[in-house]
Amino acid sequence: MAAKQKEKRVLLQGNEACVEGAIAAGMRFFAGYPITPSTEVAEQAAIRLPQVGGRFIQMEDEIAAMAAIIGGSAAGVKSMTATSGPGFSLKQENLGYAAFAEVPCVLINVQRSGPSTGLPTSPSQGDIMQARWGTHGDHPVIALAPATVEECYHLTIRCFNLSEKYRMPVFLMTDEIIGHLREGIVIPDPKTLKIENRKINKKIPPFAVPKGEIAPQSAPFGQGQRYNITGLVHREDGFPTNSTTIAGELCTRLMKKIEDNVDDIIEYEERHLEDAEVIVIAYGGTTRAATKAIELARAKGKKAGLFRPITIWPFPAKRIQEIAKKAKKFVVAEHNYGQLVHEIRLATKDAVPIEFLGKVDGTIIMPNEIEELI
Amino acid sequence: MASPIIKKYIREGTLPHIWCGGCGHGIIMRNLAVAIENLGIDRDKVCLVSGIGCSSRIAGYMDFNTLHTTHGRAVAFATGVKVANPDMTVIVAAGDGDISAIGGNHLIHAARRNIDLTVIVMNNDIYGMTGGQFSPTTPMGDLATTAPYGNVDRPFDIAKLSVGAGATYAAKGSAYHVKDTTKFIQEGIAHKGFAIIDCVSSCPTYYGRKNKKGGAVEMMELQKKNFVPERLLERLEPEWIEEYDKTIRAMKGGK
Ligand SMILES: Cc1ncc(C[n+]2csc(CCOP(=O)(O)OP(=O)(O)O)c2C)c(N)n1
Repeated sequence: MAAKQKEKRVLLQGNEACVEGAIAAGMRFFAGYPITPSTEVAEQAAIRLPQVGGRFIQMEDEIAAMAAIIGGSAAGVKSMTATSGPGFSLKQENLGYAAFAEVPCVLINVQRSGPSTGLPTSPSQGDIMQARWGTHGDHPVIALAPATVEECYHLTIRCFNLSEKYRMPVFLMTDEIIGHLREGIVIPDPKTLKIENRKINKKIPPFAVPKGEIAPQSAPFGQGQRYNITGLVHREDGFPTNSTTIAGELCTRLMKKIEDNVDDIIEYEERHLEDAEVIVIAYGGTTRAATKAIELARAKGKKAGLFRPITIWPFPAKRIQEIAKKAKKFVVAEHNYGQLVHEIRLATKDAVPIEFLGKVDGTIIMPNEIEELI
Repeated sequence: MASPIIKKYIREGTLPHIWCGGCGHGIIMRNLAVAIENLGIDRDKVCLVSGIGCSSRIAGYMDFNTLHTTHGRAVAFATGVKVANPDMTVIVAAGDGDISAIGGNHLIHAARRNIDLTVIVMNNDIYGMTGGQFSPTTPMGDLATTAPYGNVDRPFDIAKLSVGAGATYAAKGSAYHVKDTTKFIQEGIAHKGFAIIDCVSSCPTYYGRKNKKGGAVEMMELQKKNFVPERLLERLEPEWIEEYDKTIRAMKGGK
């Protein structure tokens, strides 16, 4: 029971919990640029990193911050950045670079109301599609969405684990609701955490994927492998090529990295689905109103349940199709004009009627608004 | 037969390079190889970072840890490499457009921080890779594909710009002045802090042809005649990582 004793109960803000999770995962480099409502992530990283022998740098803009963490990760240090709306837009080119060059890194996006400068201090889930399609070209994406402060901690760790395993950038798509929420959380004994580290094999070409493995196994810079990392189409040895065959193979391999492993990556939460006739689909901060709405509805004898994707990308289409078979109706609630609902429609192909509740005025979706639709 | 320097520092499998005959970039690449050889730095501990442009292809050719990144952002990537692993010698090689147009903000802020990086500019006064558009160093009045009636923009002096921003080592070299330029690169790498070596390169294909400067040989002769290599500044000031690490030590970070 020694492990149990090292558990800690602390009061944390969602943004702070992300940093604690990151440090537990091994993050020792953070590069950022202040932007509401993500700023506390940078502030907490600035406080915490020197305490654990890591380094924090405030860069001149978000493009630079994204570039710096890719550089840091190439040098072998688990690296993270955090941003919101306009900053997420600025990071897109280098995010594509990290995906294509297979450099692990983690980005916390505390979504705020947009477009443009929008309502900087108001919650939103308006970047869901940008997370999927924001950078140019086809590329793999993993994005997770926490609904509690405790989940900020654990999902940030999971982001690092997935990014190291799949060698790609991973997004934590949180929002102003969760980012600025304070909750008591349990921080587990670090020894009980499952931490994934980069698999390294210097004897094979840096971008070769051995049979049965998921991603390349190149060593961090400085360990004697002396290879090339590029955002150009490249061969297994890392050097650029104009070969259309290799271009096709590389892009396909990167997409398959996700497609072939959706069961490993996808996580979701279900409540009362055993008997649910109306299924509310919500994620991130919106989940809290959805959960309450379901409680209220059930108290009135209505058979309502919750489906909450924790993994947003890749989208849990298969599970949505399964639950659609039993439901009479879906109610989808998001803090946007309708983004993930498109994926749900695509997956269910009108098998079930869908009522959509979206908000783009910066206010929070209330439980009664969802309950009315149940 | 390749010289021992080429054999050791150039990845022969990646040749032939993409640079046109008469391009100055290759000479500057060789200068960098000689500088590293003279300094006796282990290749495993050298990281060469570049952005996008003809010049930036240098990353693929040289046998170091090489990071060929996005247009303009090499200095920001390099900052991350250096902060994550200060034991590495981190060098940025960039074109004039790459470093001073799209990458200008990163350049001045890295100089301001005085972080221990060395930036080598392969400055051909033109956007080579995209086919001869004017750059922030194209002289006024010169022709470029996007300045068909003469360039009306005033040019940057990249070395002076860097000094103004806080660089603690700055020099101007050229492809023609091999000895001085190699020495400057060597000094810049040995220097603790932000160093910049702005090297005149030549682009006979676009800049030379557009502006009737002649071919490769004539353009070299112009460098010989008109250019004087110069060390602008060498001064020791607090370096970013050294300063940051005082805090780590004060907190016994990680211990
Ligand atoms: C974001 C972005 N914008 C524009 C380009 C197109 N582009 C590629 S190289 C280049 C300029 C190259 O000129 P310079 O940096 O002076 O280097 P040179 O090719 O002359 O060596 C441009 C504009 C790009 N690759 N990425």
